[in-house]
Amino acid sequence: MVFVGSDQLTVPTAVKIVIAGGFGTGKTTMVASVSEIAPLRTEELLTEAGVHVDDLVGIEGKDMTTVALDFGRITINTKVVLYLFGTPGQNRFWFMWDELATGAIGAVVLVDTRRLDSSFPSIDFFEHRDIPFIVAVNCFDGAQSYTVDEVRHALDLDEQIPVMLCDARNRESSKAVLVGLIQHSMNRLAAV
Amino acid sequence: MSSREDWWYDEAAGPLVRPYAMVRGRTRPNAPDLHLVTQVRAASFASDQTTLSVEHREIMSLCARPLSVAEVAAYLDVPLVVVKVLLSDLIERGDVIVQSSSHQIPDRDLLQAVLDGVRGI
Repeated sequence: MVFVGSDQLTVPTAVKIVIAGGFGTGKTTMVASVSEIAPLRTEELLTEAGVHVDDLVGIEGKDMTTVALDFGRITINTKVVLYLFGTPGQNRFWFMWDELATGAIGAVVLVDTRRLDSSFPSIDFFEHRDIPFIVAVNCFDGAQSYTVDEVRHALDLDEQIPVMLCDARNRESSKAVLVGLIQHSMNRLAAV
Repeated sequence: MSSREDWWYDEAAGPLVRPYAMVRGRTRPNAPDLHLVTQVRAASFASDQTTLSVEHREIMSLCARPLSVAEVAAYLDVPLVVVKVLLSDLIERGDVIVQSSSHQIPDRDLLQAVLDGVRGI
């Protein structure tokens, strides 16, 4: 039986969550621990100067580089699919952060307490764009040398920003972080 | 699905000539609303596949189930901009249908569905 005309196939709605943080804070580890597929990598072309290429004119003559994005997927149901994108490690690729953050449910900023300052650019980014985010302290090797309050104080975070301790390698722990972010986004929506 | 070896370029072509050659000189995707998570799916009644390139056919095969633009690029192992050009061709032909991804913040019902879904994995 062939139906001509409108296509009967459905296409799901896609939503995304950004996993941000400094280099080596466990972003891809967190994506891998909850994703239903092994994390995938996709690449965007850039000029050597770090400018986004959206037009291939004259590309052969230019020195090009790429920025890699690692991401995972969680099929929520037949109508909704969630993608988790790790931010590129290098801060000069801010245009990619914009693309990732636009329309996102929100962001998880992963923090390594041994290098707190590496999370400042991520926090600034989401604060300035008024994008919902939570801070998740990745407790490497079970090491938990600071309390949530100490981290909140050290990062100078607003009271409303949730701070959680987690182990990015652990699926249940990473799930709890995602749940915390989604609830935070819902609370913010309700407060508007 | 074709294997890597079936692709008509070789390593000697270099990583930059390759994507340019693949889109046969076209330079910019005609469909501007293709974002990372935009969902694409092969239409149930696609047009004559014999006129399609190997890359287009590989996309059609991948998109037998809905996938994001980012996933298609990752599975094809080509830069996003190239996949967007190739997908634009297929959209124009009516071979691929697209769920245009809204750039708006998800509403409460959608967030609740995602929350329930994540709790359930």
